[in-house]
Parts: sequence; C-alpha cells; structure tokens
Amino acid sequence: MKRSRQENLLEKWLLPLVAVAVLLAVWHYSVLMTGTRVFPSPLSVWRGILELLHKHVLWADISDSLRRVVIGFAAATVVGVPLGLCLGWFPSLHQVVNPVLELLRPISPIAWIPVSIIFFGIGDPAAIFLIFLGSVFPIVVAAASGVSSVPPLFRRAGRNFGLTNAQLLRRVIFPAALPQILIGLRISLGIAWLVVVAAEMIAVDSGLGYLVIDSRNSGKRYDLVVAAMLIIGIIGLVLDSVFRLVERIRSVRWGFRHAA
Amino acid sequence: MALPGIAIPDQAAAPKLQVTNLGVVFQGNDKTIAALDNINLEISDGEFVCLVGPSGCGKSTLLNAMGGFLSPTSGSVSIDGELVSGPDSRRILVFQEHGVFPWLTVEGNIGFGLAKLSRSERAQRIAHYVELVQLQGFERSYPSDLSGGMKQRLQVARALAVNPDVLFLDEPFGALDSITRVMMRGELLRIWQAERRTILCVTHDIDEAVQLADRVVVLSSRPARIQNVLTIDIPHPRNISSPRYLTLRDELLKMIGLAYEI
Ligand SMILES: Nc1ncnc2c1ncn2[C@@H]1O[C@H](COP(=O)(O)OP(=O)(O)O)[C@@H](O)[C@H]1O
Ligand SMILES: [Mg+2]
Repeated sequence: MKRSRQENLLEKWLLPLVAVAVLLAVWHYSVLMTGTRVFPSPLSVWRGILELLHKHVLWADISDSLRRVVIGFAAATVVGVPLGLCLGWFPSLHQVVNPVLELLRPISPIAWIPVSIIFFGIGDPAAIFLIFLGSVFPIVVAAASGVSSVPPLFRRAGRNFGLTNAQLLRRVIFPAALPQILIGLRISLGIAWLVVVAAEMIAVDSGLGYLVIDSRNSGKRYDLVVAAMLIIGIIGLVLDSVFRLVERIRSVRWGFRHAA
Repeated sequence: MALPGIAIPDQAAAPKLQVTNLGVVFQGNDKTIAALDNINLEISDGEFVCLVGPSGCGKSTLLNAMGGFLSPTSGSVSIDGELVSGPDSRRILVFQEHGVFPWLTVEGNIGFGLAKLSRSERAQRIAHYVELVQLQGFERSYPSDLSGGMKQRLQVARALAVNPDVLFLDEPFGALDSITRVMMRGELLRIWQAERRTILCVTHDIDEAVQLADRVVVLSSRPARIQNVLTIDIPHPRNISSPRYLTLRDELLKMIGLAYEI
C-alpha cells in the first residue's frame, strides 16, 4: 500500500517534473549552441512572462479570450446538445441531416474566418461564431451517439414504469447518454480554446491570439510570442482540468470507469 | 409488514393471468421465425410459476408478450380479465443485473417508478423495500459499488415498489455465480412469501424451478409449445433431500429429456 503510494507520487509528480526540466535544458542549450538571435531562450521567455504580467494588457487579453470561448462554447452547447439528442432520438432525422453534418464537420474553423468576417466584420461576434462552429459538431455527434448507444434494456425499463416519451428522454435517455455528452463537451472546449487563438490572430484585435501576432508584428518580440504561447497552453490545461472535475460527479462517474 | 396501499391478494377463482392461443411469429429479412405456437396458460393470483425450456425456444418472447412489450401474432394475454396491449407498471419485467440505472442511487432506483407519490409516501415505500431486499446502509450507494447479487435485489425492489400485479423475471440470476444464485433463490422466496405477488420466472436451473415454483411449465424447442406442466405440491420450506422433492426433480428432468441417471 505504502509502496504503491510512493510509486504513484513518483509517476505522478516527480517524473513529469524531470521531463519538463529536461525539455527546458534542451531548449536552453539549443538556443546557446545555435547562437540564434531570433528564437528566445527559456530565461528570456520567463522575463517576457513577467513583463506581460506587469503590463495590464495581459489580463485584458486573457479575459477577452476567455469571454469569447465561454460565449461560443455555451452557444455550441445550447444548440448542440438538444440537436444531438434529437438526432439520436429520431434515426430518420439523423439520416436526413447526417450528410450535411459530415460535410461541414471536416472543414476547419480557420477556413471559415473570411466568411465570418464577411458576416460579422472584425470583432467579437466573428470570433465567437468561429468558436461556435469549431465546437458545435463534436457536441452534436457525441450527444447523438450517446443517445443511440443507450442500452435497449434501459429504454424498456423506462417504458415499463409507464414513462411518456418526454419523461423517457429526460429520466432515462439523457442521464444514460450524459457521460458521452460530457466527453463531447470536453473535446469541444479544447477545440474552442484552439480556435479562439487562431480567430484572434485575424478576426479581432485583442485576446491572447492577438497578443502573439502583435508581439511579432510590433518589434519582433519573440520572447513575448513564446511567453504568450506558454500562457495559452497553461490556460488550456486549466480549462481541461476544471472540466475533468465534472466527470467525478457521482451520477456520471459510472460512464468514465473505462475512459479514465 | 403490510404497507398501506398494498392489497393482500385473495385467492380469487378467476385466473390472474390468462394466455389464450398465443402465437408469435417474427418477420425476418428473408424468412419468418415462429417463436410461440398456441400457448394456453392460466396463472392464479399469488402463484409462483417457473418456465423452463431449451435455449432459444421462445421463453423471453413469451415473457415479452405477456408483459405487453410485444404484440402477439395471434391469441391474447389478459390480466384480471383486461387485455394486455402495451407495457404498464402493473406488470414489471426484471432482466439480468444490468437493468438497474447506474446514474441513480439505490434509493433513486427503487423510487424510479414512484414519481406520482407524495414525497413522504415515496420515502416510506423506498424504506420498506430497502429493508425487504436487505440493502440497509446502501441507500445512497450507486450500483457500481454493489455486487451482482445486490444489484439484482435492487432491481427486484425497484419492480416491487410500484406495487405490480405480476412480476416477470427473465433468467434473473443467470449472470450470477452459483453461490450467489442459491442465496438469491432464498431471498426471492422470502420476498415472494412476504409480498405474495404473482411471479413468472424463466430459469435454466432445474433446482431453482423445483425449489421455488408452485408449478413448472416445460416448453418445447422453438416454436415453443407447452410440453408439460409439473405441479410442485411441497410446502415451503422445502427439504431438498426429501423423497418427494427428489421424485419431482427427476420427473422434471425426464420431461426436459435429460437422463437423471448417468
Ligand atoms: N425481435 C426478434 N426478431 C426476430 N427474431 C427474434 C426476435 N426476438 C427473438 N427472436 C428469435 O426468436 C427465438 C426465441 O427467442 P427468445 O424468446 O429470446 O428465446 P429464449 O429466451 O427461450 O432463449 C430465437 O430463435 C430468436 O432468435
Ligand atoms: Mg431468453
């Protein structure tokens, strides 16, 4: 018991820390040995991060990016979950809509940037629209497949207790599909965070994506570029970890036994 | 033990459940499969009937038709003189242990069919059935934390809680290990004696049938016909080494076509 806990600690914290340290060392010496003037060393990136933290724009950029992600992702959830439930519930509707979905799904949200600027101009709505597009499809697909993979046993049990269609959907189908829906939501949130950065490089003039592109364009500050990249990575990680907490809720945890 | 709202059935003369000339034919893609052929059966109130037969003969189909999950190709099923035309909480089908809802606690599962009751009535009903199936202390547990036998007791409790007239059990203990199965047999008997519901139980276990049933219905291979009906006239508790028990057990084995001497 004690032994396995120690092993766990080692695997969970110590080894990943070692990996990070090795990466930093390789990075540091590569910059040193190649003598590059353009690519920043870890140390100058660290100074870049401190510089950004002291400038108040960083917090404004973070909150702009997060706001866009929250609104776009929320819209995708509000549209995607009910749509997916419907498609899973009515297989004939699914057959009708599926070709359109399958056609739209592989189109990168980046490809939509020009279209969304035509629609919305430069500004928040354009970025939010792109985030919505990027995250709605995985949600629809997850909800639809969640519904259609609900074991017939559960439906029959629900019917047996005299549930109407609406009750069956609310009390059996939805909770049974919820773990899969949550997996879809988590994937979508990750995509939303990827998309917001890309969208901000082109479709708006604030946010972390804009920070990256602006640091390069105004004075080739590559230390700030990489610093902004790292901040984007850390926030993405935090978002994902927060979402993972949802999977611990007792009424959905049964669906994550194997996934975890 | 009796709870308000749960009527104690009286041995009425009319059958509780009546199956008349029941036939079911499945339409496959290129062929039709006759699953049930002219089944006639009368089951009285509070009776415990076991159904045995070769696998794939149509036992589940028979339960599904009696439960209203399947409309018969010919003939009819009626309960208390009323034609069965669809699923209804007055007759509950219990499957193998996977039938409990994993997103609900023990309490949530037992209370699943009780949405129409007031909060206090529901709590009272849940407490009664938690105790009946001996899951005290697990009220807030989720099925994933229960053993197979506990899950199956939970499913029986969920079924009984809605106060059904008839309980259909489809190989309820088939997925359990043999020791748990023998224990569950005793539990089911105790529950049945406490609540006196009409029970129809499909089993592939000869001892289960002879120990539990008032009557054992033996079905032929597909399409299922009633081949034999064996009345087990031994009062409970049954002594499984009594001569009468062994005679009936042998008789049942013979009916199924199995040699009882090897
Ligand atoms: N929905 C269905 N469609 C077509 N054939 C079915 C269907 N359900 C059952 N059958 C067939 O009917 C026969 C009886 O099945 P079942 O009642 O499940 O048997 P048992 O429960 O006795 O093992 C089997 O041959 C099975 O393949
Ligand atoms: Mg079967």
